[in-house]
Amino acid sequence: MDDSRPIFVQIAERIENDIIDGAMPEESQVPSTNQFAAFYQINPATAAKGVNLLVDQGILYKRRGIGMFVASGAKARLMEQRKEHFYEQYVVTMISEAKKLGITVDQLTDMIRRGENRP
Amino acid sequence: MNNIVEITGLTKKYRDQIAVHNVSFALEANKIYGLLGRNGAGKTTIMHMITAQAFPTSGELKVFGEAPYENNRVLSQLCFIKESQKYPDNYRVVDVLDIAETFFPNWDREFAYALVKDFQLPLKRRMKRLSRGMLSAVGIIVGLASRAMLTIFDEPYLGLDAVARSLFYDRLLEDYAENPRTIVLSTHLIDEVSKLLEHVLVIDNGELILNEDAEELRGQASTVVGAAAKTEAFAIGRQIIHRESMGGLASITFMGRLDAEDRKQAEQLGLEIAPVSLQQLVVHLSKRNQGNKEAIAL
Repeated sequence: MDDSRPIFVQIAERIENDIIDGAMPEESQVPSTNQFAAFYQINPATAAKGVNLLVDQGILYKRRGIGMFVASGAKARLMEQRKEHFYEQYVVTMISEAKKLGITVDQLTDMIRRGENRP
Repeated sequence: MNNIVEITGLTKKYRDQIAVHNVSFALEANKIYGLLGRNGAGKTTIMHMITAQAFPTSGELKVFGEAPYENNRVLSQLCFIKESQKYPDNYRVVDVLDIAETFFPNWDREFAYALVKDFQLPLKRRMKRLSRGMLSAVGIIVGLASRAMLTIFDEPYLGLDAVARSLFYDRLLEDYAENPRTIVLSTHLIDEVSKLLEHVLVIDNGELILNEDAEELRGQASTVVGAAAKTEAFAIGRQIIHRESMGGLASITFMGRLDAEDRKQAEQLGLEIAPVSLQQLVVHLSKRNQGNKEAIAL
């Protein structure tokens, strides 16, 4: 947990990460908010807020009286979101930095290839 | 609204010393509150008034909708764990637990004894022969097992090591999740408890200077560090709560969230952005309140 962002956002992100890397498969049950609260030593209301953020987005859904589950298609949707985020966060900043240094798009592409082939 | 404590214009004077000045706030049912501030800020005085151990000089105070003084309907639902609780000389740990059982209508005996095991307390040992940490553990056990609708812990962990404190947080959260009730934690170990809190009250110099949702506070302030002139330029128009400088470098802390534009601007100026923890925020706000006005006047 870091101090710069609300904890509930960080909780939601951790759940997202677990869905993306397959630790929480689709249609599997996710821990209860109280379990999250105990595990991360955070206020249960905060944990609930993080979980509800994902419920609102349809990433998780509630089964009354049973608990919270990962929705079908959640992984693909999260990957799509993350790709967009990746573009904004890395690609856009990389290109603007490259422009400052006078690196052309072709040179940049070469650099990416070089980076990929690095042992 | 389901407020279990309502305080309006509460003031407490000792002779000509004002300990608490015109404080107003409410505690809602089933939340965990942090009552934070420096030693001597007035936290304990406020808790003493809520628990009917001190009379307000003026102002209104309602606990469970009633005045708390000599009011058993109110007092039976309260549990106040003090840093310096005194016990009769001949009392053993087991005697304290027995007495507590008669005090608190919601007492959970099984839970109390499970906690005794967790904290490895010697049941038959006399209270006056316990170490400081063990005394604190007894307070924590009574506070948790009381299941009182309003439980107040005033600096409950003097002498407790990090492992025991962590155990306290674990048990508190587990039991609170099962049995929601209102908890007030008064402490100066702010960083440690900040994740547990749902709402934060900061008292300074007898006044309430912050009354805010804990999650709202996170990311509410930021610090930028960099070349003095550039840092100053970035801080123009912001609500500055703290500034430090060293040679040509400056570090400025201000209120307000930073958006993507702000971050970009900071980056272009070569400034570093650092988060401000709740503890740092309380320290800065307290300093500011204490008349260190030059820091904000600039």
